[in-house]
Order: sequence, then structure tokens, then C-alpha cells
Amino acid sequence: MNELIFFFNNVIVAGIVLGSIYAIGAIGVTLIFGILRFAHFAHGDMMTMGAFMAFLLASVCTAMGWTTPLVPTGFLVMPLAMVLAAVVALGIDKGFYAPLRRRGARPVTMLIASIGVTLMIQGLIRLFFGSGTVSFFETEAKQLVRIPVPLEGVTRTINFTQPQILMVVSTAIVVLALHLFLTRSRLGKAMRAMSDNADLAQVSGINTKLVVRVTWIIAGALACMAGTMLALDVSLKPDLAFNIVLPIFAAAIVGGLGQSYGAIAGGFLIGFAETLSIFNWSVLLKPMAGALPFDVPATLAIVPTEYKLTVAFVILVVVLLWRPTGIFKGASS
Amino acid sequence: MIGRRSLILFAGLFALFVVIGAFLGTANISLLLVQSFAYALIALGLNIQWGYGGLFNFGIMGMLMVGGAAVTFISFPVNGAFWSSDGPLMLGKALLAFIAGGALVFGARRADRIGIKGGWRTALIVIAWIVAYIGYRSQIDPAAAYIEGSSGWVGGLGLHPVLGWAFGGVLAAGVAYVVGRICLGLRTDYLAIATIGISEIIRALLKNMDWLTRGTLTVSPIPWPVPQPQDLQAQGLPITESFIYARLGFLAVVLVILAAAFFLVQRAYAGPWGRMMRAIRDNYVAAASMGKNVTRRQLEIFVLGSVLMGIGGAMLVSFQQIYDPGAYQPINHTFLIWVMVIVGGAGNNWGAVFGALLIYITWMISDPVSQWLFNGISSWSVEHGWGAIPEIQSRASQMRVFVLGVVITIALRYAPRGLIPEIVRREK
Repeated sequence: MNELIFFFNNVIVAGIVLGSIYAIGAIGVTLIFGILRFAHFAHGDMMTMGAFMAFLLASVCTAMGWTTPLVPTGFLVMPLAMVLAAVVALGIDKGFYAPLRRRGARPVTMLIASIGVTLMIQGLIRLFFGSGTVSFFETEAKQLVRIPVPLEGVTRTINFTQPQILMVVSTAIVVLALHLFLTRSRLGKAMRAMSDNADLAQVSGINTKLVVRVTWIIAGALACMAGTMLALDVSLKPDLAFNIVLPIFAAAIVGGLGQSYGAIAGGFLIGFAETLSIFNWSVLLKPMAGALPFDVPATLAIVPTEYKLTVAFVILVVVLLWRPTGIFKGASS
Repeated sequence: MIGRRSLILFAGLFALFVVIGAFLGTANISLLLVQSFAYALIALGLNIQWGYGGLFNFGIMGMLMVGGAAVTFISFPVNGAFWSSDGPLMLGKALLAFIAGGALVFGARRADRIGIKGGWRTALIVIAWIVAYIGYRSQIDPAAAYIEGSSGWVGGLGLHPVLGWAFGGVLAAGVAYVVGRICLGLRTDYLAIATIGISEIIRALLKNMDWLTRGTLTVSPIPWPVPQPQDLQAQGLPITESFIYARLGFLAVVLVILAAAFFLVQRAYAGPWGRMMRAIRDNYVAAASMGKNVTRRQLEIFVLGSVLMGIGGAMLVSFQQIYDPGAYQPINHTFLIWVMVIVGGAGNNWGAVFGALLIYITWMISDPVSQWLFNGISSWSVEHGWGAIPEIQSRASQMRVFVLGVVITIALRYAPRGLIPEIVRREK
């Protein structure tokens, strides 16, 4: 049983947390692709930027003494940071993408423009925050939750940190809210209509400019949320997002670009694939060593730990080959 | 062929190099010249892929790394400890396992020939992949551990660096063939993401295969094809001049290769092959209906462009004398080259070369310029009692990323076809 709990801690808990982060990021990518038809590369840097905004707000709160022992300050300020990030996302669209869109630029040009935005955001972040690592938990401790398992002979406990459980809960809330928004509200339905067929949506009287603005607001806020969650779970570095934007794209593509539910599924799929593939399976096999026809080596992971990030890319490439529009049928530009 | 506008632009660029040279000194500007012309070769490679063929390759970094690994392997001195150990034998076994695994997968893919179809064939392919992977890992893991434990790494072959550059091109072509076979069926955005993903896989492999590349331990010094500054100093030249002459010698070799590649690429553009490529780029459906094999032609152009990238990457590694897989970044080695081609003018080789030189020099001088600027602001704010800017040096070096972003944004907005755009000739 101890081994199973070890498995649960290292694979299920880690996979759910990573999957939530990927899913929230991938929803933004997929929404932008659905509405504006281009792969928004700057999403990863919007995440980092959002995380740094949350960090700034959290530092201000800590300095003012506005903290509570119940919730990490980073989480407390996240809604405010999300609002700020949404405003910035709108500004980025107005400043960089809208002029190109008015000219009727191809999606390829938009993609290159988004790389320009990536470089600018990254340069600015490093200019203001330096290139070192900062942590949300310098002044307060990251609380660890240990749940003992009421079974005989079990010594291990189920472990997770307090931010992790908050993360999973807030992901669930956001996904539910997004679902209700997309299926119940007029604006959400308009978004789905525009994602299906932009021209048809426009001639049937949908205010496409408003839909584009709402898309950026949602994408910016979600990027900030994903970035802050990632920063709370590990640490905050300027190049945090560069490592994560590709798994997020992998998640969005695996789920089918333009499909919000696909993005969620893709996020969890990639998250679990990463944790499963670096898990040391010999821990689980060892108790059965006598019954197995071969010797159990000390480490038996599907891929060595240093290749963790490549798992997402391999899945991406395999999915692109096997079903180029994603598992749930996605749009193509 | 080359219009007045481009002549003025090139003259301006020359003047810029002269001015910067006057500031930085001849030794430094000759260093920048060698690197910027090597980048020009790489930009030419991307110009073939993107400008001629419309292929969205974002995996340039991977090709540069492959080229660098190739020249390291060919030109670095022989590691005797490795060749006298069991290492070659174990690596040979791993290679055999790799080939056997490849044959197994290939056989499984052809299973429909013997009547295994549909889901069964898929299952068979998956099983073949798993067996091949386990077989390969069971051989390579102990081999890698043994080599890293005994002789460190495989070392080089001690051959001439130019041979290494050629091998860089060949190896990049091989990798590009595989990548192209996998990815080229995909549409633009998907192709960009898939190539980025593959270049990240290549980076992870080269960074972690310590037995082959020494990984983060880095390999140096990698020999030059021309006499090095130390050799010239041994002949009695003063230190500064030895650096200038050695770098100019290297520059000459780079220029010869660049000129040859440029000539061939330019001829290809004007010929029927170039016309066909442009037809495929502008309307691949129409080109296919005229009987052109679109996928094969795209693969061809992808491989050709990658050869130039591989050679360019190998030259850069030779020149810097160090192969550090950890130093490769998508910004410095993929996006930088994209900015060069977009700003210079996709589809025009003069434009690509112009863009490469201009952007590289901008990229390199943004660091000292912003440092100077920050020092100015800092002393101004000190005068007003607001304190100095902390860590000016590290902050200033990050400014070039920002400058690159600003440059590409301005270019897309005001000169979307580049400074020296493609000339579309029409017969009257």
C-alpha cells in the first residue's frame, strides 16, 4: 500500500496540478485561435507577466501587512492581477494585433507579430525584475497537508501543499464558469458562433469587435491565473513561460485548436503523461519482485527525468501525425 | 537585378559597420563581421525555406545544434581513452539495436502486405515501437553510463574543420529529411509548433547525451580552419594585429562559402526550379494540378535550406571554439534569424543577407548602447537624489531582446515585405 500512496503522491497529485495549469493556459490559446485564427505565441509570456503582476501585488500586500494565514498572499491577489492582465491583454491587442488585422494580414504574419510581442514582454520583464528567480514564499511558509490513510501497515501519508489544493479548486471553478458562460450567456454563444464561422456570425448581427475584446479579456485573465498558479507551485523566473508555452500548445493541439473542452482534456492528458513517464516504476514493481521473471532495476522510468519536457513534444508530434486536427476535431487555419 | 534602393541600403549598412568599427576597434568589428556573415548563410537557408517555399520552419535552433555537434565530432582531437576502451563495442551494439528497432517498426508498418489490417496493424506498430524503444534503451543506457564513467565522452576524429562543416550540412540534411517527412504535411501554424517541438527535442537530446557532446560540460577548444591568433603571435605578430589577421582569415573562408551558396541559390531562384517553388508557395493547389509533386518539392527545399543552416551553425561553433548545447536558446538561434529574414525581405537573397548583417549588428550593439543609456539615466537620477539603477550590466544585456521585439513589430507594421522586397517579374 505504501508504494501505491507514493504513486498517488507523485503521479496523481502532481499530474492533476500540472494538468490544471496546462488546461488553464491552453484554454486561452485555443480561444484566441478559435476567434482570431492565429497561434498566439506570446501566451507564455503573458502568463509570466501575469505572475509578476501578482508577485508585485503580493509584495505590496505583505509590506502593508494585509495577509492572512489561511490563504497564501499570492492567491489572495490573483483576482486583482487577473483584472490587470486582462487590461494589458486588451492593450496588446489594440497596439500590435488590431492594426495588422485591419490591414487583413495573414495568420502567419499575426504569428510572427506575436513573437515580436513575446520578445518585447520578455525583455521588459527581465529589465524590471532581473533574470533571477523570485518566490512567493519568502515571507510566509508553504503549508503542507498530510492526510494519513486509515489502513493497517500504511506509514506513508498523502501529501500535497496548500496552494496545490487551492489551485485545483479554482481551476474547477473557472472551468465551470467558462462552461456556463459559453453555453448560457448571449456573449458566450456569440463567441462560439464566431469561432465556428466568423463571416456568418458577422452577417447575422454579432458584434465581432466586442467578441474579440471579450476573448482577449478572458485569455489575458486566464493566462495570468495559469502563470500565478505555476509560480506558486514551483518558482517564478522570467523564462518560466518559455518552457511552458510549448506544452500548452501541445495541450491545445492535442485537444483540437479552437475547442475549449478539448484544451482542458489535452492539458490533463499532457500533465499526466509527463508525470507518468518520469515516474520510477520499480517502486511499484519491487513488492512483486519474486513473481516477476526479471530483476527489477533501481530506476525504471519510461524516460529519464531530464527529458520530462520532451514528453509533451513527442505527444504533440505523434498527435499531429496521427490526427492533425487533434483528438476532438479542431479548426485549421 | 539590384536596384538603387538596395544600393543605398547596402551603402548605409557599410557606413554603419565603419562607424561601429571606429568605436569598437578593428579586432572587435572583425569578430562581429565573421559572425554576422555566418548568420547571413543561415538566413539564406531560411530564405530558401520561407521566402521561396513558404515553409514555416521554427526549428532553426535544432539545425544549428546539429551542425555544431557535427563539426565538434569531426574536428576535435581524437580521444584515445575512448577508442581503447569497450566503449566503441557497446556503442556498436546500441547502433545495432537502433537499426533492428527501426527495421521492426518499418516491418510492422508494412504488415498490411501480409494481410494484417486496420486496428491490428496499428496495435502491431505500437508494440513494435515499444519493443524497439526498450531494446534500444537496454543497450544505450549501459553504454552511455560506461563511457561517461570511463573515458568521459567519445571525443572527435581530428579531421579538418571544413570537412566538419560539410558534415554539419550532411547531418542537418539527414535530420531535416526525417523532420520534413514527419511535419511537412501540416499547415502553417501547426508546422511552426511541430518544428519548434522537434528542435526542443534535439536540444534536450544533445544537452543530455553527455557521452556524445559532453552536454553541459561543453567542448573546447575546437580548432580553426585557418591559423589562430596564438599561431600568429608565435610568428611574432603583436597581440591586437594577430587577432585582426586571424579573424580576417576566417572571414575570408566564410565569405567564399557564403558567396558560393549565394550564387547557387540566386541561380536556382531565377531558373525553372525557383519558378516552380514560387508557384507552390503562392498556390499549392494550382501547382499540384499542374502535375507538381508538392510534398516532395517542399521536402527538397526544406532539406536544402537546412543544409545551409547546418553549415552556418557549424561555422559559428568553429569560430567561437566552444560547443555548449546549454547555450542554445530559441530567441538567439531561431527568432533572431526570422527577424533577419522578415526585416531584410523574404524571397530576396540580397534582402536576407542585408537583414542578417543589419539585425546581427543591431542585436550586438543594443547591449553596450543600452548600458550607456542606463548609465546616463542612472547618473541623472542620482543627481536628483532618486538613487542609481541597480545591476545595470545584467539589465542592459536583456535590452537586446526587447529591441529585437520592437524591430520586428515596426517592420511588420511599416515594411511588411521587408526592406529589400522580393521582385516579382512580369512579362509584358
